Amino acid sequence: MSSRTLPLLFINLGGEMLYILDQRLRAQNIPADKAKKVMNDIITTMFNKKFLEELFKPQELYSKKALRTVFDRLAHASIMRLNQASMDKLYDLMTMAFKYQVLLCPRPKDILLVSFNHMDAIKDFVKDTPSILSQVDETYRQLIEMYTPLSSGEFQLIRQTLLIFFQDMHIRVSIFLKDKVQNSNGRFVLPTSGPVPHGTQVPGLIRMFSCTGEEVTRLQFNNGGNYTAAIREGSFEIFGDRVTKLGTNMYSVSRPVETHMSGTSKNSAQHAKVSAAPNPLAKEELNLLAKLMGGLEVQKPGNADSGFRVNLFATDEEEEEALISRPDELSYGVINIQATKDQQVNAELAKIMGEFTESGDQSPSASSKGDDLLAMMDGL
Amino acid sequence: MYHKEKSIQIKNSASALYNNLGVLRIAPRRLTYFTVVHANVVNMVSASWDGLNYSHRQLQSKEPNVATSTSLIMQAAFCALPSRDLLVVTSQKGIQIYESDGSIMVYWHALDTPETPTAQAVFARGISAVRENYICVGISSGAILVFDVPSKGSNITLSEVLEEHKESITDMAAECSGSQECIADLVSADDGGNLCVWKSGEEFQLLNNIPGFDMSCSSVKLWKGTVVAGYGTGQIRLYEAVTGILHAEVKAHARWIYSLDIAPFSGLLLSAAEDSLVRVWHLSMTPETNSVEVAHLHNECVTDTQICGAKFCDGDGYAFAVTGYDLSEIIRYTQT
Repeated sequence: MSSRTLPLLFINLGGEMLYILDQRLRAQNIPADKAKKVMNDIITTMFNKKFLEELFKPQELYSKKALRTVFDRLAHASIMRLNQASMDKLYDLMTMAFKYQVLLCPRPKDILLVSFNHMDAIKDFVKDTPSILSQVDETYRQLIEMYTPLSSGEFQLIRQTLLIFFQDMHIRVSIFLKDKVQNSNGRFVLPTSGPVPHGTQVPGLIRMFSCTGEEVTRLQFNNGGNYTAAIREGSFEIFGDRVTKLGTNMYSVSRPVETHMSGTSKNSAQHAKVSAAPNPLAKEELNLLAKLMGGLEVQKPGNADSGFRVNLFATDEEEEEALISRPDELSYGVINIQATKDQQVNAELAKIMGEFTESGDQSPSASSKGDDLLAMMDGL
Repeated sequence: MYHKEKSIQIKNSASALYNNLGVLRIAPRRLTYFTVVHANVVNMVSASWDGLNYSHRQLQSKEPNVATSTSLIMQAAFCALPSRDLLVVTSQKGIQIYESDGSIMVYWHALDTPETPTAQAVFARGISAVRENYICVGISSGAILVFDVPSKGSNITLSEVLEEHKESITDMAAECSGSQECIADLVSADDGGNLCVWKSGEEFQLLNNIPGFDMSCSSVKLWKGTVVAGYGTGQIRLYEAVTGILHAEVKAHARWIYSLDIAPFSGLLLSAAEDSLVRVWHLSMTPETNSVEVAHLHNECVTDTQICGAKFCDGDGYAFAVTGYDLSEIIRYTQT
């Protein structure tokens, strides 16, 4: 559908990932310098110039599998390690949070404000590091350039594309359940009260006109809700009050982040069937991944002192249990890239990537390069 | 005024797309067909009126000769022509026309999709049967394809391309009152809220262009020469089709309207939006004063659901059906 959806999906999911990792790093009392290094490394990789260039190109949304692989790689861009169960949970939380934000946006255009909330927080994470800060600022400019001219209908198409991506995901998130924004069946609460969106008026009035344009009758009706007038619009500039709270860090008050696996498998299974067919788009997806990995620094092997593991569960036993008991339908089918093989993989990919950029004309040669990438991924 | 009936379960949940519910009433067989789009699949259910038999079928948006393409479906709608009923499915790649039970594809029209994706999305959306033998389908470029449909067989031909809209077509509707006196046969709506009113024929004639107000018109209907349009702001507007005179303006919903429907025999209007509400209204025309009156009759709230499709199941509006994003059922309501 919309070919402009991927940047928003990536930036918002990335933002949520950073909120969660930031909270876990604190909860596990990781030393401040190591925590900062992890956050900086991930953000640097997220906003890598070549990667963003690829991201902002008009294209269809990637499959869940491909996107999950990108985030796996991103989460391992630094000295931090996550086990599969923790990575699964991290991704569940990220996706459910953004699904919530997309659904609750009063207007489709507000998804851009949500994205700016994430960007503002990311900027705050790296405010002491000028080199990364300039990359983030550049991304603001790209977002503004690409999205502010779009019409309401084009934003709705983006929103509809995102909603197809999130279709049938009903994983229960502890924070959402506690705040009563999610029901125990995993569905989000959609209130029929509160302020109407900017540009909409409170429903309840019928006005009828004569042929000459004069208002002849006014009738009121019961709107079945409890609405109030719209509040002021948020800012779509680099700096400004975004007004909406959607996309701000809901983990800043230290609350445990649990997900519940039970009772969510029913609908997810149906969706898994649809994406099982082989898809030629996989090559473009891997292209993106190559750009991402090409931008990563090779981590020196054997530097065991600086590396550490983060657990998204309360104990190692819980993490182990989560991996065993995760329903099949909810597995992301991730292309498993072992951290220890990075050096060799990176060298190969850098070589292939070099060939990509040199030739310029990608269409005829891309298929064979894509096959190389595919083969390499499958072999890992 | 209405009460909830037993829902029909469908195989997949409904996707968030405008006008995402198709209904075809087949009186001789005492059946009703329903269609609901989920990503690249159309879920079809055939429901017997006695409530005892349901049969399901799924149609995929597969292009002939392309083994592994996946193309998202934008809309599936029934086109009831005097000689035959057809099911039209529009997607990112093209337009498929099936027999009304989904059993055979009778026609396929491919859209010009570029090699590498462009910033402007390419898709077909907006479907309407017009008069005796036309099916009109809208395109993301704003063009409208007019297909000439023979009374039987697959010799469907592209008769004309109407190029008037500058923005993506959202919805189209034909005059549904059954009256032969109405001059306007078809209304088309786009993402800018612009409405075009047409007279059908070998060459379609543009009768009027009603400008929008920079807000997408997601759903439109034409009844007794009156255009009823639903917008992203939650507003419903009624215009006289041929002159563009604004008859009425309703602050109808708190969120984006996704579906409108009219029961032609009774003048009942159904509106549904992302705000979880379905509303029933009554339209009455007074030809002497050339005025239209709108009265609000009823609300139904589908809790925690963003509604994406709502249609009457019969010409009197005795029953209606509703679909919602992420919901795997068709909810039904009947008059008390």
